[in-house]
Amino acid sequence: MTTTTLAVLVPLLPFLGAVAGLLLGRTAPGFVRPLAVLPPLAALGLAVVVAVRQGGEQAVSAATELTPTGSVPIELALYIDGFAALVAVLVGLVATCVQVYSTGYLRNDPRYPSYAALVSLFTSAMLLVVYSGDLMVLLVGWEIMGICSYFLVGHYWETPEARAASIKAFLVTKLGDVPFLIGLFALATDAGSFRITKILGNVASGGLDHPTLIALLLLAGVAGKSAQFPLHTWLPDAMAGPTPVSALIHAATMVAAGVYFVARLLPVFAASSAALVVLAVMAAVTMAGSALAALAQDDIKRVLAYSTIGQLGYMTGALAVGDRGAAVFHLLSHGAFKALLFLGAGVIIHAAGTNSLAAMSRMKDLRARVPDAYWTMTVALLALAAIPPFSGFFTKEAVLGAAEHVATGHAEGIPGAVGWIVLVAGLVTALLTAAYAMRLWLLAFRGHGPEAPDHGRQPIVMNAVLWVLAVPSLAFGLATGPLPDWFDGRDLTPTLTTSVLGTGVALVGGIITYGAWRHTMAMAARVPMGAVAAHPEGDAGLVEAEAIASHAPAYGDVASAPDPADPGRLLLGPLHRHAAVGFHLDAVYAALFVRPVQAAATLVRFLDREVVDTYVRGAGALPRWLGTAVRRAQTGNLQTYVSALLAGTVVLVVAALLVATAGA
Amino acid sequence: MHLAYPAVLSALLFSTGLYGVLARRNAILVLMSVELMLNAVNLNLVAFDVWLSKTAQDTLHSGQALTLFTIAIAAAEIGIGLAIVLAVHRNRGTADIDKLRDTAETDDDSEPDDSGAARPEPAEKAEATA
Repeated sequence: MTTTTLAVLVPLLPFLGAVAGLLLGRTAPGFVRPLAVLPPLAALGLAVVVAVRQGGEQAVSAATELTPTGSVPIELALYIDGFAALVAVLVGLVATCVQVYSTGYLRNDPRYPSYAALVSLFTSAMLLVVYSGDLMVLLVGWEIMGICSYFLVGHYWETPEARAASIKAFLVTKLGDVPFLIGLFALATDAGSFRITKILGNVASGGLDHPTLIALLLLAGVAGKSAQFPLHTWLPDAMAGPTPVSALIHAATMVAAGVYFVARLLPVFAASSAALVVLAVMAAVTMAGSALAALAQDDIKRVLAYSTIGQLGYMTGALAVGDRGAAVFHLLSHGAFKALLFLGAGVIIHAAGTNSLAAMSRMKDLRARVPDAYWTMTVALLALAAIPPFSGFFTKEAVLGAAEHVATGHAEGIPGAVGWIVLVAGLVTALLTAAYAMRLWLLAFRGHGPEAPDHGRQPIVMNAVLWVLAVPSLAFGLATGPLPDWFDGRDLTPTLTTSVLGTGVALVGGIITYGAWRHTMAMAARVPMGAVAAHPEGDAGLVEAEAIASHAPAYGDVASAPDPADPGRLLLGPLHRHAAVGFHLDAVYAALFVRPVQAAATLVRFLDREVVDTYVRGAGALPRWLGTAVRRAQTGNLQTYVSALLAGTVVLVVAALLVATAGA
Repeated sequence: MHLAYPAVLSALLFSTGLYGVLARRNAILVLMSVELMLNAVNLNLVAFDVWLSKTAQDTLHSGQALTLFTIAIAAAEIGIGLAIVLAVHRNRGTADIDKLRDTAETDDDSEPDDSGAARPEPAEKAEATA
């Protein structure tokens, strides 16, 4: 088969799997698991074949016209360059891991068939975004991901947190998608095509009339999808969904779509230095703010969610300094280790019966209960903290190196200030990242107190997936050498200055956190704490749903716990209170948008009930009054009726006579 | 005989009947008044038939034929009418039209459909059936 045929099959197989899963879910439950696992696995295999055939050479491009629109045609187009080939492999890998993991994680879940089908549909949409060479087709995948995310976040729709989180995720991403759509139209109008190749050719010849406007409109959609400031608030709340969903959607793929989109169209953004500055500031604020917030979270998954936001900030930072190779490099390694972190967190939540770090820090020997998760998560956290020789070190240094390259004025067309913003924010974030990674590791695995409860071994599929993902987290750094051939050819090896600086601040962050933890550890015994799920013997999905539902009642908030033994509390000091709630951004949104909308809704309700309805009621009242008046004539006395009849006759006769005589 | 005599007589008869229909309270008297009005019309029909047959050489005597019909119909009508009055009198114990006002609209807006059919005085009814 030709590469094009294979590439078409890659998004198609999971789609067919999703359709079959939805149709057969009830009638043939035996087919659900094979239908969930095999299509992503086949897509992964095909994506690898496509990547090998493409081999970083000339991009594979094919197109057939889908709709003659009269103006700008919409084409079913493929465009597979090195970026697309590699990102598709990542998507296939993570999706397969997540589907395999879900068979164990949601073993007894009654809604597993629809869940698995939605995950497959989501995978297919992401692969469509990755391979698509036409922006309209890309938008289709983009929106399908949005709606799948809505359904999957709301998987535990019995809990109010999940319902609120799914609606919030949907609305916030849609808020970005509206300007995104307008931006796409503006871009296509300027370039005369939705085809990415034609647009890039047009940009190269300087054919864009409004580069800044288009770039900023597109950035809104990217910020919504990739959870960048100020549209990132949905991601921490989306942790109310099942853990595999968090791993697939909110760590490895969907949030990566925004970054990937910018990487594809980087020349459009690079055409406007204002857009690059905005991108850099957005990345810097996102990185630093999310890292601070991650340090204050109590829910283990929310820590990882803020960490995802921060790592995506690194990627947008790399894009702001014009190095999409570094951005996608970090995207690939982050996809692997963040999926691993989330899946490991799912195992921990199942074993501990709680998602609260404060409760975990009061359990002894939790690591002995989940040895696989312990070792793999240690690897992934080291990769997250960018400690050499783990994969995160190479990819983060590539980003910092690119920033330094721009900051020292070696890049043309990109302001040096952009480089400085990204570099400084990146270094600060490296420090904070190491700190929260250390804190998570210490609280989860180095607890003191009563023995952790023993619920037997975790399902083998869940542990096996962790080891599969640990391999790229550990060894992806080896790809530093060959990868530039796949990307733009720019060198990705770490430079000495940024390596020493980055690793240094990371080590400092880790050591400071360790010191703080030693200091606060003694307090943990004095403040007993811990609420565990009511059914620890159930499957992992049930335990997690109960843990999320009981966090707010037990600790007063979904995000934080009043734990004086938390090293993050000591490190952040007075900032902790604000960081725990995401720097009050939700409250600001509530004041700026939610309350005005609610007030407007109240006004509309008043207008409808009191003004419009008054007219409607009035229209009914007038005939009723008339009817009442006419009914009075019905006296029941026959003679009255006959008198009226006579009177009427007389009047008619007189009238007829008058007319007759007048006419005569 | 001049046409004016029967015409005036029939007008008087009709007026008397009309007065009876409008003013009498007993249903039988009202029926009798209706008969008066019918007969006033019959008188008119016959008188004008004679007058027409004289002046217009109308030999069909359609007025007289129509009168025969009217008399037959009036007989049937008064038979049914008297039977109804009798039945009402048996049920209600009275033939006074002023008291037979069951179809009157009441001021009671809450039950507009119930126009008094459910309101016959039970005592009267019991008396009537006894």
